[in-house]
Amino acid sequence: MLELLEVEKRSGGAVHLADISLRLLPGTLNVLLGPTLSGKTSLMRIMAGLDRPSSGRILADDMDVTGVPVQQRDVAMVYQQFINYPAMTVFENIASPMRIARKPKAEIEGTVERVADLLKLTPYLRRMPLQLSGGQQQRTALARALAKNARLVLLDEPLANLDYKLREELRAELPKIFAASGAIFVYATAEPEEALLLGGNTATLSQGRVTQFGPTVDVYRRPNTLITARIFADPPLNVMAVEKRGAAFAPVEGGGRQIPVPPAYEGLADGPYHIAIRPHHVTLATTDGAASLPATVIVTEITGSESFVHLKTLGENWVLLAHGIHDLPPGRPVEIHLPLRHIMVFDADGASVDVGAVRKAA
Amino acid sequence: MTDTPMTNAIPAEAAAARATAQRRRLRLRWLVPTLYIIFLMLPIYWLINMSFKTTNEILAGFSPYPQRFTIDSYVEILTNPVWYWGYINSIIYVVINTIISVTVALPAAYAFSRYRFLGDKHLFFWLLTNRMAPPAVFALPFLQLYSSIGLFDTYWAVALAHCLFNIPLAVWILEGFMSGVPKEIDETAYIDGYSFPRFFVKIFMPLIASGIGVTAFFCFMFSWVEMLLAKTLTSVDAKPIAAVMTRTASTSGYELGLLAAAGVLTIIPGAIVIYFVRNYIAKGFALGRV
Repeated sequence: MLELLEVEKRSGGAVHLADISLRLLPGTLNVLLGPTLSGKTSLMRIMAGLDRPSSGRILADDMDVTGVPVQQRDVAMVYQQFINYPAMTVFENIASPMRIARKPKAEIEGTVERVADLLKLTPYLRRMPLQLSGGQQQRTALARALAKNARLVLLDEPLANLDYKLREELRAELPKIFAASGAIFVYATAEPEEALLLGGNTATLSQGRVTQFGPTVDVYRRPNTLITARIFADPPLNVMAVEKRGAAFAPVEGGGRQIPVPPAYEGLADGPYHIAIRPHHVTLATTDGAASLPATVIVTEITGSESFVHLKTLGENWVLLAHGIHDLPPGRPVEIHLPLRHIMVFDADGASVDVGAVRKAA
Repeated sequence: MTDTPMTNAIPAEAAAARATAQRRRLRLRWLVPTLYIIFLMLPIYWLINMSFKTTNEILAGFSPYPQRFTIDSYVEILTNPVWYWGYINSIIYVVINTIISVTVALPAAYAFSRYRFLGDKHLFFWLLTNRMAPPAVFALPFLQLYSSIGLFDTYWAVALAHCLFNIPLAVWILEGFMSGVPKEIDETAYIDGYSFPRFFVKIFMPLIASGIGVTAFFCFMFSWVEMLLAKTLTSVDAKPIAAVMTRTASTSGYELGLLAAAGVLTIIPGAIVIYFVRNYIAKGFALGRV
């Protein structure tokens, strides 16, 4: 078990991490999700022991390891860049942590074979890392991390530098590899999709703070703040400032337009709110139980199976994700539809409105 | 070019004329580099030419190759202890200097490459300014200092004096090579459990082996060609070849053949060392920053 207690990292005047408390259990996969510069790498370096936190404590299995040098921490790490020892063969690369730990020769060979088999590296064991493709180099780095059999395995955007096909392939294998090990895995990524594909738990990071931590699907479905919802959305979340008056939300720049309050939120007090809806929930065709808004097409991006329609609606820039090809010319006025059950409501400060609490009050 | 009859028919003569012109241009293309190489090689050729002549023939006037071919000069140098000890002395202090410079510069360059500390950039630049002062400036202070502590006329005197110029150079070159190695390799090694010394020797040094080679070469060359400090700080026991060579002027007139042969033998070690680092030398001249 790894526990972080009120960890902070400052350097110069800048705060890189603030007030981070996390509790990671053995045998779990924990995703750190956040945009670039949100503090994912800083947090990982502190977990690894490469950096010392400015304040706060780190406990590994209830032992304080805050100042313990990295060599004595039981950790392994894989970087975004393909980092291997170029002067050693793939076999020696994978064996290197075990050689340092003075493991018996037979055990080293057995472990290398097993891990190489798992990561499909067996034909390349005699080669040098730089003679391999990017995907194979990263597999080598992963193999070395697994061969160490550390209690904590840190993966810092390990697939970000791979091309699309290799990334898909390796990502599909990762959950299997994680499941076979009893270690704590921490996986940093900037892509919400990756977090969902990997499952496990997710901690969303924004400007050096953990905004939410829990099972990945829960965080996705019920973000506790607008910030979390925005981090965990790709394409970007559609947000609109509204004023609740009775049974309807009136968009602030709506000019008299009204959106019915979704049934779950009926007990809400009147006042300013934010409503948010994911791009793939907004539709061009009318559906039952949906509010309609006028919009103007800005531009349409077509990927083939999907179309991203960028729209201007009541002063906000929104995105609509539709299946199939919708070749809408810029400037075309359209009517968009928001199924009420997919609307998320946040209060004026961006905190999620607790549906359960609303129900009880009502 | 695949010619169809149509395109070929009209400008057949013009094409032929163009081809001739092009051939003429190609024929002259070798001229400039050849002249340049002759210009560069001439002094070396003349030195080798002289080394196989007798002093009388050299003084007699212009002769493009030895009339009476002799290897007496080389025999004299390789058999006379005064001569060959000049070479041995030079090689000893050059090797000592190269070893000290590289050994000291390795950790220093690592620190500059990997850590930020107060005034690091200023210190790093200051190192280079050491190379801006002519060695002659330091001849007098070194002479006085070494005389008073009994280092005068030893290999260590010259080797240490040359360190003043070579260590900064070595730090600069090595820092460039080291900064080309991603910091994540260091961290991965620490995470894997490597201690710093073990990491440095087993992982890091193989990665910058070419840089170490180039650095050693530059230290070797500077120390090998530097004459003023080497001459000033020695008298008999540690006399370098450069000092021995000037001696020929004062004995029985000018022994030019002998001097030329000594010159040829002085070029050889440098040529051998250059051969080994020829692929990396451009990077060395750019202080590792290519």
